[in-house]
Amino acid sequence: MNDIGLLHFLFVSCALFFIGVYGFLTRRNLITMLMSVELILNSVNINFVAFNKYLYVDKLDGLFFTIFIITIAAAEAAVAIAIIINLYRNHKTIDVEEADSMKF
Amino acid sequence: MGIEYLQIMKSEMILTGIIFFLLFLKVWDGIKSNNSLLHITNVLLFLNVVAGLFFNTNGELFSGMFHTNNTLVLEKTILNVGTFLISMMAFDWLKDHKHLLEFYILLLCTLLGMDFMISSGNLLMFYLGLELSSIPLAALCNYDLHSIKSSESAVKMILSSAFASCILLFGISMLYGTTGTLNFVEMAPLLGHGNLQTLAFIFVFAGFAFKLSSVPFHLWTADVYEGAPVPVTAYLSVISKASIVFIFITALFQLFQNYGPMWYHMLYLSILLTITVGNLFAIRQDNIKRFLAFSSIAQVGYILLGISSGTIMGVSSALFFLMVYTFSNLGAFGVISLVAAKTGKDKISDFKGFYTHNKFASWVMAICLFSLAGIPPTAGFFAKMFLVTAGAAKGNYWLISIAVMNMVISLFYYLKVVKAIFIDENERPIEKLHGSLSLKIALTICIFGAITMGFASGLFEYINTITGK
Repeated sequence: MNDIGLLHFLFVSCALFFIGVYGFLTRRNLITMLMSVELILNSVNINFVAFNKYLYVDKLDGLFFTIFIITIAAAEAAVAIAIIINLYRNHKTIDVEEADSMKF
Repeated sequence: MGIEYLQIMKSEMILTGIIFFLLFLKVWDGIKSNNSLLHITNVLLFLNVVAGLFFNTNGELFSGMFHTNNTLVLEKTILNVGTFLISMMAFDWLKDHKHLLEFYILLLCTLLGMDFMISSGNLLMFYLGLELSSIPLAALCNYDLHSIKSSESAVKMILSSAFASCILLFGISMLYGTTGTLNFVEMAPLLGHGNLQTLAFIFVFAGFAFKLSSVPFHLWTADVYEGAPVPVTAYLSVISKASIVFIFITALFQLFQNYGPMWYHMLYLSILLTITVGNLFAIRQDNIKRFLAFSSIAQVGYILLGISSGTIMGVSSALFFLMVYTFSNLGAFGVISLVAAKTGKDKISDFKGFYTHNKFASWVMAICLFSLAGIPPTAGFFAKMFLVTAGAAKGNYWLISIAVMNMVISLFYYLKVVKAIFIDENERPIEKLHGSLSLKIALTICIFGAITMGFASGLFEYINTITGK
């Protein structure tokens, strides 16, 4: 009963996912929004590793997927931060509310 | 063994070769003239299109991770032709640009990602292809480094596409958890049991809808299309969209076949909203790129209408529509890119009296817009007719009538642009623009495709036979 099982991990990952979504939708700072995306990606990683560890021990698909997600998250963050720096040079701010030169 | 790898992954190998060649050109720094670099790249892309037509086989590699067949070869050819046309059209914009080769390296990387994505047979491969095709695109959106709009559109693009991939990935992780495999063929029969899988399916569907920019996930589209440089907008609205439609068809028909009734209802709602909202918002636009963005949202609704039939006819009509759409949309974007490169104007009101000095470009624009609106005898009419006929196979006449009524609405705003070009008077119309030879060739190809493809009945028959297998 007191063992830590699959359900505990899924609980954590689900919580992380929704914290990430909440952060992405409410934060107005671009860097913080990027951090929220990383939170969601990490919740996916936890999901994959937990499923792999508890349900499909002999197949390593989940672990491989996690490694690829970490790599791609790094690439995505690099490109996103470069773009945000360029936005800062043009707009002098990284507040997403200020980036509103195009509307409807 | 080795030759088999080369043959099955042929188009990817060739693209990788071109990317490395351009990289070496960049490092070597021997050719200073932008014009010769552009000609070299255009010739390479043309050879890529030609090479895509020969020595094709069917087969799979890496235990089903990567596969290819006639349909995929056709889809890759559509993407290659579109990229070639865009590269020809970008000539006037790129010939004075400082970072020319980087543009092509990024562009071809996204094309490589799309090729891997559409021929993937495994969710890991699919995800890698998707990211390879969307991350460099955000960098391309930012290619006008000093333009405020360009950087804003890039930020919107990278954040929304990252968020969409996250949602898609969360769905994929639950699919993995419930089935224990990532392979499409192994996973498909295990789906359709339990609530967790249904939730996962909804997450994956939402991720796809985000990338397809179907309503209610369309909000990023107009801003990104407006801010990005014109050739990149053309690439986003034609190539990137077509590749997502291709893999979406595979996902629905192969992976989620057990969810047939369910995805039909989801598509039904999405089609209704996409066609209506896309059309209504397109009416009130004055920026021509934004106008085409909303028009492309509406066109996605028609493609989904064909797919929703769930038949081979639906798939082949969607493929045929995308071929026609490639030519007609790229023709319109070609004229816009010429005007934007020479004058920097992108308002519909700037196009008033465009016909007085630019006869050929005006006719290209008019025919392409007619084809997009679906007026006979252009190919767009036949393509839309096939899609609506395929969609009607389900007997959902309400949906079909709303879709057809929306075609009438769309006629209004397409004709508004044509009216501005031909009829409206302007004291200072746009001067005579001298486009490069490659732009003219590309426009001629587009206009040729937009007119003749509807009459080439063998083409649709061919698509129908290869998708049937």
